[in-house]
Amino acid sequence: MSWDRIDSPRRPLLVAALTAAALIAAPFVLPWLGAAPNTVNRILVWGLFGIGFDILFGYAGLLSFGQSALYGTGGFVAAYLLTRTGFPHVVTALLVGMLAAAVMGYLVGLVALRRTGIYFAMITVAIAEMFYFVEFNPLAEWTGGENGLPGVPTPSLSVGVTTLHFTSGWALYPFLGFCYFVGIVIALRIVRSPVGVVLRGIRENPLRTAAVGHDIHSYKLAAFVIAAAYAGFAGGLLGVLQAFMPPEAFTFETSGQLVIQTAIGGRGMLFGPLAGAALWLFLQDFLQGPLGLGATWKLVLGLVFVALVAFLRDGIIGGIRNVYRLVVRRKGEKAAAIAAPVKTPRAAAPVYVRARAGNGVSGPIMQTIRLTKHYGGVAANEGIDFSVEAGEVRGIIGPNGAGKTTFFKMLTCEVLPTAGTILFNGCDITGMGVTEVCQLGLTKSYQVNQLFNRLTVRENVVIAALAALRGKFRLDVMRRLGSIPGLDERVGHTLELVGLTRRGEAPVAQLAYGEKRRLEIGLALASSPSVLLLDEPLAGMSPSERAETVRLLKSIGQDRTMIVIDHDMDSLFELAERITVLQEGRVLAEGRPVDIKANAKVQEAYLGGLNGNPA
Amino acid sequence: MITWPNFVSQLFNGLALGALLALIASGLTIIYGTLGVLNLAHGAMFMLGGYAGFAAYQASGSFIVAVLAGAVALLVLGLLMERVMVRHFYARPHEDQLLVTFGLAIVIVEVVRWVFSSESKTVTPPGALAGITPLGFMLYPTYRLAVVGIVAMALLVLFLVLYRTRLGMIVRAGIEDAVMVDCLGINVDRVFMVVFGIGAMAAGFAGIVNAPIVSLTPEVGEAVLVQTFVVVVIGGVGSFPGAVLGGLVAGEIISLTSMVNPGYAYVMLFAAMTLVLMMRPRGLLGAQGRE
Repeated sequence: MSWDRIDSPRRPLLVAALTAAALIAAPFVLPWLGAAPNTVNRILVWGLFGIGFDILFGYAGLLSFGQSALYGTGGFVAAYLLTRTGFPHVVTALLVGMLAAAVMGYLVGLVALRRTGIYFAMITVAIAEMFYFVEFNPLAEWTGGENGLPGVPTPSLSVGVTTLHFTSGWALYPFLGFCYFVGIVIALRIVRSPVGVVLRGIRENPLRTAAVGHDIHSYKLAAFVIAAAYAGFAGGLLGVLQAFMPPEAFTFETSGQLVIQTAIGGRGMLFGPLAGAALWLFLQDFLQGPLGLGATWKLVLGLVFVALVAFLRDGIIGGIRNVYRLVVRRKGEKAAAIAAPVKTPRAAAPVYVRARAGNGVSGPIMQTIRLTKHYGGVAANEGIDFSVEAGEVRGIIGPNGAGKTTFFKMLTCEVLPTAGTILFNGCDITGMGVTEVCQLGLTKSYQVNQLFNRLTVRENVVIAALAALRGKFRLDVMRRLGSIPGLDERVGHTLELVGLTRRGEAPVAQLAYGEKRRLEIGLALASSPSVLLLDEPLAGMSPSERAETVRLLKSIGQDRTMIVIDHDMDSLFELAERITVLQEGRVLAEGRPVDIKANAKVQEAYLGGLNGNPA
Repeated sequence: MITWPNFVSQLFNGLALGALLALIASGLTIIYGTLGVLNLAHGAMFMLGGYAGFAAYQASGSFIVAVLAGAVALLVLGLLMERVMVRHFYARPHEDQLLVTFGLAIVIVEVVRWVFSSESKTVTPPGALAGITPLGFMLYPTYRLAVVGIVAMALLVLFLVLYRTRLGMIVRAGIEDAVMVDCLGINVDRVFMVVFGIGAMAAGFAGIVNAPIVSLTPEVGEAVLVQTFVVVVIGGVGSFPGAVLGGLVAGEIISLTSMVNPGYAYVMLFAAMTLVLMMRPRGLLGAQGRE
């Protein structure tokens, strides 16, 4: 089940309108529910802080426990300007704070994003803790140390003859509500932009996102900076809200509360942190006030949090949405049973091939010179000289352990060779990264499916196509997906080519194995490689699926160079123009399929001898 | 003013702190290395060990009983926590594991606050270890010297368990390749539970041993957790020798910087971590294993 649709143009407008309506209605409705204006204002600040965090955690999958560093940075820069320098304009000061936090976020990101997963989480914790100590000691002269910065002014707006003063309580609310609204509108654009889509790809499968040609490190850094900007602005608002910038903004507690609220509300939905903050702060007021639990309130909330993480993974909003979808789908299924729309596939889809330097020129497009890979003392590949002409379809066979997959991994630059050179289109790509070579027009479909599992088939292909259309990194965060020329056509043709047009909206998890295999090939195809490597494309398929896939590969192979590894010899001999046989990491033989079949050495390798392991 | 005795005394302080950090970090790192779960409740466990020991000390008046109680209580809690909660998160993404252990940390801290209140508690060291030992050129608190010895022994026991027993062999193999260990027909479930228990016990033991040096509050684990992260990042995740080396390095950095300017102690510590990350992203003694 996909988290949210990435390419429906109307929904963001609807969501924005509903948000505006809710924000306008809140001061009229919430007092009836017994909400204190100050609590509502704090919820908005946490909610805004959380929007950025959700882009980082919910969309890009990077769980940072160090957002307090950026929240505090933005808050203290703004508060310092307003209290110590006599800078008069509150909103400008907030924006300067935001900018400072973004710059700091960039620097922190450079360090923290050197590692992924739990290492990333640990490093963010440690860095945030360092900020706390820096605030307290070396910078105490500027930040007020443990006293913080008191006397932060509130904004005002002159409208013609009168001036609106946003002081505190409900009087401050319109200002905070407006900030939240702007924040959510921008975030809605970001998550639906190409960048937002790539971030989702990184969350689902960073390896594949890089392999289809996205520079994932830069995208992660971008997400980190976006989150930092939101944190910085919200930090400034905290000072405005309390008329005082507290040093507690820098504590681990702050980061922890943000994480908790986001997880409670639901991640990857932008509104989760707001819902989580509402629940957290209302419950806090309620447990401490009417229920008179005193300090035990946090224990209750801790238990609620653990229970939610254990049983309601997508948080409150996610839970509500899942129930809603369940109801809607039941209805939808009935409707679908009545009239199932059948699309007829178009006859022949044109195939895109990148017009790169060297295309159309005959001669070897892919070449290796004495390519060698040693793992410790084991030589997986030993001095392989290999050359493929442009437009050729080459098959690679060999007994298990012959070094075929290692060879492929070196060709796509996933593995650095121990020695030797790889030439692609005449230029030396040895030592380049997977992303770079994919951008040059060389990519691979994997032996084990590497898909974006919680996204739909169409979204999967979109991620791959975006890399081909936009290059390895572009910060078009405000661009609509629909406005990218050629994207729809390319995605449509790719889906048609691999026969998944009608499955476009299905989540990957619902696909049959053969369909997943075809999508795997589709991801590689969507980046329009001039050389396509296929690592065991037929593995695990039924005979009929094999026949179908061989037909597919034949049609793909008409327009590009293909190198195919497979154990299904009959299919491979039918498909390939030439065959290379690897054995024990060396080239045993090479030639046309008929010659290879007749080759005595090959027969011995497969049927007799010590390595007799008929595949 | 930096004098020679002052310097040596800080060196000893660093050793005591470093040894403690090494022990806590060892617990964290073997849990992570074997189970693949980063236990954010580790700091809370350290704190709870101190309180469990404190309660036992109040009841029995014996420091040895207190230490045993701190260790055993956390062993039991660790086994229970693995069985009831953590186990169900192995198949879930890392983020969920972090979230749930983070939530459990809050619950532990708040339960302790509920039972013992937020007021700080003190545990006095046993008579034989109280007072001051003359070291010739300076005087040094006896208990701190003893801490180095006690923790060194605990680390030795942990080393023997890890490197000289069947369980230890499985744990070390699991750090290299958990799937393979599973395939070899070893009852991974039980091993995981025991490892989580041992890791928790290490934290609890450190918690009560540390209790006479500091005043005990429910928040005492939070700072320790962060320092433990730094230790593990410096030493290399999943590496027992790395945890020990990282602990000692961190302890000395904190201690020696404090001598010059206490305000910069943690700043220096995190600067050191950043430096290690830049030069050796896997940590000083980190292996290829898990990411």
